[in-house]
Amino acid sequence: MSNIFSRVKTPYLLLLPGFLFLFTFFILPIVNLAQTSTQTPIAGGDTGQYEQTLQFSNYVTAFTENKEQFARSFIFALCATIVALAIAYPLAYVIAFKAGRLKNFLLVLVVAPFLVSFLLRTVAWKQILGEEGFVVPTLRSIGIISDSTTLTSTSFAVIMGLTYNFLPFMTLPLYASLERIDPRTMEASGDLYANGFTTFRKVTLPLSMPGVVAGTLLTFIPAAGDYVNAAILGSPNTKMIKMIGNVIESRYFKIVDYPTAAALSFTLMAAILILVTFYIRKAGTEELV
Amino acid sequence: MSKLKDASIPTIPFGARVSRWFGRNLIRIYATLGFTYLFIPVLYTFAFSFNDSGKSNLVWKGFTLDNWKNPCGAPEICTALGNSIKIGLLATIFSTILGTMIAFAIGRYAFKGRSSSNLLIFLPMATPEIVLGASLLSLFLVFQINPGFWPTVIAHVMFCISFVVVTVKARIASLDPRLEQAAMDLYANEVETFRRVTLPLVAPGIAGAALLAFSLSFDDFIITNFNSGTLKTFPEFVYTAAARGIPAQANVIGSAMFILALLIVIAGQFVGRKAKVSK
Repeated sequence: MSNIFSRVKTPYLLLLPGFLFLFTFFILPIVNLAQTSTQTPIAGGDTGQYEQTLQFSNYVTAFTENKEQFARSFIFALCATIVALAIAYPLAYVIAFKAGRLKNFLLVLVVAPFLVSFLLRTVAWKQILGEEGFVVPTLRSIGIISDSTTLTSTSFAVIMGLTYNFLPFMTLPLYASLERIDPRTMEASGDLYANGFTTFRKVTLPLSMPGVVAGTLLTFIPAAGDYVNAAILGSPNTKMIKMIGNVIESRYFKIVDYPTAAALSFTLMAAILILVTFYIRKAGTEELV
Repeated sequence: MSKLKDASIPTIPFGARVSRWFGRNLIRIYATLGFTYLFIPVLYTFAFSFNDSGKSNLVWKGFTLDNWKNPCGAPEICTALGNSIKIGLLATIFSTILGTMIAFAIGRYAFKGRSSSNLLIFLPMATPEIVLGASLLSLFLVFQINPGFWPTVIAHVMFCISFVVVTVKARIASLDPRLEQAAMDLYANEVETFRRVTLPLVAPGIAGAALLAFSLSFDDFIITNFNSGTLKTFPEFVYTAAARGIPAQANVIGSAMFILALLIVIAGQFVGRKAKVSK
């Protein structure tokens, strides 16, 4: 055999460069972040100079000062995930079972809007929902909203932006798991006198659970850490609707308080990992990893 | 039969027929609304790329082709676009190579540590972008590396690898192992089998992964914003401009990228169908 490496070594050699890269630029930074999070400013030092004092007080201050933003991030992300599921499930269902020859075309249509830059789409929503857009004057003229009500710089706008921007992460896994369902299982349920709703509840939905779990996770995780939607759709306002991402961002760039920013990032990651582990256990799917 | 049908229709009141039609088509109506929601900002962006807007592109002032004729008309916009394309290409090349190697190792071999390897691939995808960006910036600061072009490329390679691995692995998993066995039976050695059977079969998966990596890199804002320093990518340009109202040229570039990407996707589907037919 011309291969100079033994078969046992081959997988490790294939993994080596990629894992070395991930170790240096993913694991090491996270470890370093944990280290930064317990530092305190050097007495009399310049801004941005810190020493390791193994203080956990950063976590306490980071959390107590930003309870509101933490809560808001998780509530917004949860709302966005639920709305996205409500929008994406029927879409994925129609594409998987009702589209016939149009299946591939509709699948392209679902992904297509996301080929326009994420930032441009968010700015477009800001302008559509803004004072100069067509939505606000129309709603005012029918009298649905009062003259002083705005749609931008509201929680509604931020949640809507989050929902919109992470929708493909919900739709594609749902489609993938729905498409794998044998339509005959649904016919069989009908033959056994189940009505449409019962068939959905007892056959379709349970079989599509892996897609629901994957989709909700892929929507919830980026939504909880996002700060772009809040920055664009939650402002300008005297008091911007801040999510935890906005706090971390300003701690890094405006206040140059790395330890608190690191403690905040770490708390966010830990909170998400705990929630995700709990959720996967509860939902009972191990197919993801 | 047809007489019976004809006779039965008028007996159902109009209201009941309407509600029955809605009942039957409810999910289709719902899906149509869903698609409308998806396309509103796209149509808006496209329409306003033709706006004779002057500096801030907020109100419709009339149709013009000027923005399309001169997409670099707004200051800095094409420098930012160029940066995004360069970073995107480099990130795509490196992440596709590294990710494909990992995908082959995990998808093709049983070895000790396989499940922890899977976990290492999953973790970056489960970490919020802001944590990835912030932690990498902290590392660069410790090693006194200034944020800029190469730190951004490294950051992009890092978050693209996992997506490449997942995409290529799925393709490898769907291969029929008998094809490789057949090649071996016909006296091809391992290298030849890989080069002439395995690789061509996995190639569409690798191409898809590369396209995904490029689009993820090109569109990334959060991780980039932490690691790019004074360098400006296209999403960063839009973000900074958003405060004052973005120039119409940004809409032109966004729409052009959309059309280009759509053509690639459609061409991919077409090639895929042809390959299926020729099999």
